[in-house]
Amino acid sequence: MFNWTENFANWLVYGVFQITPNSKLGDTLHFFIYDTIKICILLLVVTLIMGIINSYFPIEKVRSFLTKRKWYGLDYFVASFFGTITPFCSCSSVPLFIGFVKGGIPLGVTLAFLISSPLVDAVTVAIFFGMFGLKITLIYVVSGIILSMIAGFVLTKMKLEDLLTDWVKELLKNKQSIIVDDEINHQSFFERVPLIVKESLDIIKGVYLYVLIGIAIGGLMHGFIPTGFFEKYISKENPFAVPIAVLVGIPMYSNTAGILPIMQVLVEKGIPLGTVIAFSMAVVGLSVPEGLLLKKIMTTKMLMIFFAVVTVCIIISGYVFNLVM
Amino acid sequence: MIIKILGPGCTKCKTTHSNVLEAIKELGIQAEIVKIEDMKEIMSYNVLTTPVLMVDDVALVKGRVADVNEIKKLLTK
Repeated sequence: MFNWTENFANWLVYGVFQITPNSKLGDTLHFFIYDTIKICILLLVVTLIMGIINSYFPIEKVRSFLTKRKWYGLDYFVASFFGTITPFCSCSSVPLFIGFVKGGIPLGVTLAFLISSPLVDAVTVAIFFGMFGLKITLIYVVSGIILSMIAGFVLTKMKLEDLLTDWVKELLKNKQSIIVDDEINHQSFFERVPLIVKESLDIIKGVYLYVLIGIAIGGLMHGFIPTGFFEKYISKENPFAVPIAVLVGIPMYSNTAGILPIMQVLVEKGIPLGTVIAFSMAVVGLSVPEGLLLKKIMTTKMLMIFFAVVTVCIIISGYVFNLVM
Repeated sequence: MIIKILGPGCTKCKTTHSNVLEAIKELGIQAEIVKIEDMKEIMSYNVLTTPVLMVDDVALVKGRVADVNEIKKLLTK
């Protein structure tokens, strides 16, 4: 699919710039040009597709969809699935949480949505695709959804309602079973397009700098670090690699765009893929700013439980990936 | 006209606020701008995503930043 980009990069680096093929500089530059073009195209495609789905299934619709019928457990899947499509700004997590629970959606289902939303987002999917290919991207997306479902389910079983902050409990006392916000959007597809395109360009504008820096660093590492370099230090056999990677990943925030291109090079140089996926999940899935926001609705105890459950789920999936791949 | 901007004070909310100011300046109209940052109050408007731009208590833009031109169009409707 990206043969032409490969050819273009070959032509530019080895033809126009006259750099010797297989030299360190040539490798670095080739990696940078090829990956930049590829990632830009993928970012555009993925954000547009997600934008279209999101235009037809806005968050309000997802909520009424989840509240209108009994789901018998399937709601964990629905919430996790739509979480992946809905663009996520962590400052929306509080209103979203309250709005969902107030509408009668179970706590664990709401949390499943909150976990999957940042975990599998357009930018991460696009860059994963560009860096690791379709198969691994699918594994990432599917396991992200499953992980959110399981974490949500476990959190339901823990019955954490009492650990919400007081003002939230107060708010939730008068649950509204029916919420009237089914504003139907009658716009045709073509009327929706300008806004979808604008949204998608806004997302790209927000991350392109990180992506470029990430690819630049990745390119340098690609060119200058010998293959298999990391195998000595982090191997599949090292049982602590996954938890350490996850714990290092949690405090990092919003830099997946920049981190993934570096990750790809790390894999190439010998770090097991499962460890890398677990690390990426920790970076996007959990973060300090998100924790601070959630602290408005959760007591410290509940927040710790929430983070712990998600962390354990991510670590387990890291081990599973390393086993199967 | 009362313009309300609902949002806990993240970057997107701030951008919306400054876009509204700019739009009003360009249109040369009088409007009262209210920034609602308190979470309890935000929740009383039954919104799910922030920022929200409300004109005379009607939510016109939800969960995204509207640019100056879009706000100008919304205000002159």
